[in-house]
Amino acid sequence: MKRSELLSRILITVAILVAVGTPLFFWARTPIIHAQMAEDGGWSPDVIQAAVGKPLHLRLTSDDVVHGFAVGQMEMDVVDIEPGKVTDVTLTFDKPGIYTFFCTRWCGLNHWRMRGTIEVSGSGSDPAPVATPLYVSLGLDIDAQHESPMVPIDQPSSVRGQQLAADLESSNFSDQDFYRANSPYQVFEVLESTNLTETERWDVVSSLWQSNTTSEALANGKQLYAQNCAACHGENGAGNGVFADDLQVAGESSMRNMTGANDMLMQTPVDFTNPTQMLGASPALLYGKILRGGMGTGMPMWGSIFTQEQIWDLVSYLYSFQFDYQGEVQ
Amino acid sequence: MGRVELTRFPIIKSAVKNRWPQLAVFIVTLVGYLFAILAGLVGTPVGSRNFSIVFVWIAWWAILILVAVPFFGRGWCAVCPIPLPGEWLQRGAILAPPDKKPKWLNLRWPRALRNIWLQNISFLLLALFSSVLLTTPNITGIVLAAMLFAAIGLSAVFERRAFCRYLCPVGGFIGLYSQTAPIELRIKDKKVCVKCEGKPCYNGSSTSPTAPLSANTGYGCPWDVFPGGLTKNTYCGLCMECIRTCPYDNIAINLRPFSADLAKPSARMDEAFKAFIMLGSAMIYAGVLLGPWGVLKDVAYNVGTGAWLIYAMVFLAIIFIIMPSLFALCISRFGNLNAFKKRFATLSTALIPLGLMFWVAFSLSFVLANASYILASLSDPLGLGWNLLGTAKAAWQPMLTSILAPGQTLALVGGLVWSARTAQKASTEAQVSSVPVIAYSLLATLVMLWLLL
Repeated sequence: MKRSELLSRILITVAILVAVGTPLFFWARTPIIHAQMAEDGGWSPDVIQAAVGKPLHLRLTSDDVVHGFAVGQMEMDVVDIEPGKVTDVTLTFDKPGIYTFFCTRWCGLNHWRMRGTIEVSGSGSDPAPVATPLYVSLGLDIDAQHESPMVPIDQPSSVRGQQLAADLESSNFSDQDFYRANSPYQVFEVLESTNLTETERWDVVSSLWQSNTTSEALANGKQLYAQNCAACHGENGAGNGVFADDLQVAGESSMRNMTGANDMLMQTPVDFTNPTQMLGASPALLYGKILRGGMGTGMPMWGSIFTQEQIWDLVSYLYSFQFDYQGEVQ
Repeated sequence: MGRVELTRFPIIKSAVKNRWPQLAVFIVTLVGYLFAILAGLVGTPVGSRNFSIVFVWIAWWAILILVAVPFFGRGWCAVCPIPLPGEWLQRGAILAPPDKKPKWLNLRWPRALRNIWLQNISFLLLALFSSVLLTTPNITGIVLAAMLFAAIGLSAVFERRAFCRYLCPVGGFIGLYSQTAPIELRIKDKKVCVKCEGKPCYNGSSTSPTAPLSANTGYGCPWDVFPGGLTKNTYCGLCMECIRTCPYDNIAINLRPFSADLAKPSARMDEAFKAFIMLGSAMIYAGVLLGPWGVLKDVAYNVGTGAWLIYAMVFLAIIFIIMPSLFALCISRFGNLNAFKKRFATLSTALIPLGLMFWVAFSLSFVLANASYILASLSDPLGLGWNLLGTAKAAWQPMLTSILAPGQTLALVGGLVWSARTAQKASTEAQVSSVPVIAYSLLATLVMLWLLL
């Protein structure tokens, strides 16, 4: 073989190896967490290992639409993950345990299924034992019907109820444990012993509910609600979020077909502006529903994502769809 | 109609005769091609961020349809890397012919398929899936790889570049439109060819023992064309092999007026239908991909659904039935019916420049709209978060929006004028009036103007 021929063959062979090898090499050496809509697989991988105190560098990319990344029960800035771009995130965990990371963008009907876990190993202060949720210690069946037999004619007003409540002799009404364990209707019933009119009693309930929260808690609840709940339940709580129609369709078709988890039974999201439902639900009950999620419906489980405080803030915000807090909700 | 022989200039001549310059370009395009396949397969599935989509369907397409085809005809075929591996296998060498030829089947291509109908079909196959192909890196990677392997496989079974000549989905229309290009490969003096024994330009040097001893050793035309008989660019791949092989230095690359080949139209049905396929698909694409009808986009994208099947049927009906029948209706009122087929094919020549300019106008809009992806994609070709050139974060920004509409109008109106002039020549050949053909072109141009603007 001529030397020039040999040279040309070597050149072409090297070119082929470089063209094929370079992308393969770098692709194999660049671990990236891919985000896809839950219908197409969600996070991949969805289990990440980490160690206490050691910074965890994550490189995230989206394969379809804009997603978001956040870790539950952890102070961190939520980041956006854009299609085809890579976002770097560094996390440091100071306690061992299993953390949940989740999508923060309403990417699709099954957005809330986009979750994964970070298994943080190592020694450190033992994770604090989880307190028994109030609904458990109260023995509440959070799947039971909780309709209020009576509803107010006009929206109850805290301003009107404030003075009336102050005049009431019994003081345990404003007690936090009492508030959390009772539904507005139950308190309305207790107030029957007073000589207030029905409207006045509802106003008192409203002011009691407001006295058990703060404007900061309501603002925090509102923000959490807008980010995490409004997609289904609607910005104004009416159960008409952007996904509501699709959820209903998916729910109906899954009830007809009884196909697997992907189409699992979904229902129309609860309407928080409906007084029959809301005034019959105690804060502890709503807390339980948020914490655990509604098995068999599209309601996700938030216990691994929200802190206890965040859930209580959300609960107090939910009642603002019933009660007139007079500008307290910003 | 003057012609300027480019190979008269020593620098051009030696660049063409020497195998190394072309090989160097081949290596670059081969690396790009393989990289595009790999990027498609392992890179980000997001098309606008993947080298395979951005470089093949935006950068390469822009260069091909806006520069290479209009100005260099089959210029792309001259540097396309697809035949390279197969040809190495087939010839047993990369440079000059080896002493011992490898024993492959070397079959002649079946006579019944010696036309561009397979290319018409392969183009349409891709065209029907284009919405998915053009946006999905995986699919693009697979199609590119399939073409490479098909070319290698065919090289082992058939002689010469069977893939390029008869199967390549792109080669068909490049050939058709290359007739309009101001560049050609032709012999200098017919008498020299007549006397030449062995015709090494077609048969290869090794089979020509009578050829005068010279440094000119090479292969027979890979495109299965006898250069001595070339009258149009359609099937000359500009591979330059005959220039290297000709013992009499009788082959030249010429600069010539645009659309010189169309003055004497050839009358083949496969080429006539290629003209309709290209004209029709430019119009359908303009409507489906650029038009305001979201439903159409969805239907074209959802390959395999019932709606897509209807879309495919309508696509094929427009190209194979509606547009040709309308054309036939236009021309059938004149002259006798006996030579109708010949007249149909001859007059369809007028649609060649029209179709080319339709594609230029159509491509301008999506190329200018998406060219800014090239910067980001160069910097992060696989979507792995690299920033090789510091331009990975370059934002998407449509370019030259102010000249888009005027540019498209100019291309379409220019295409109509060009087509009308071609129609006049073709109708002289067919001895009929050119008015119906010009009316047909006018109608098509108006539809295209409406679709694009």
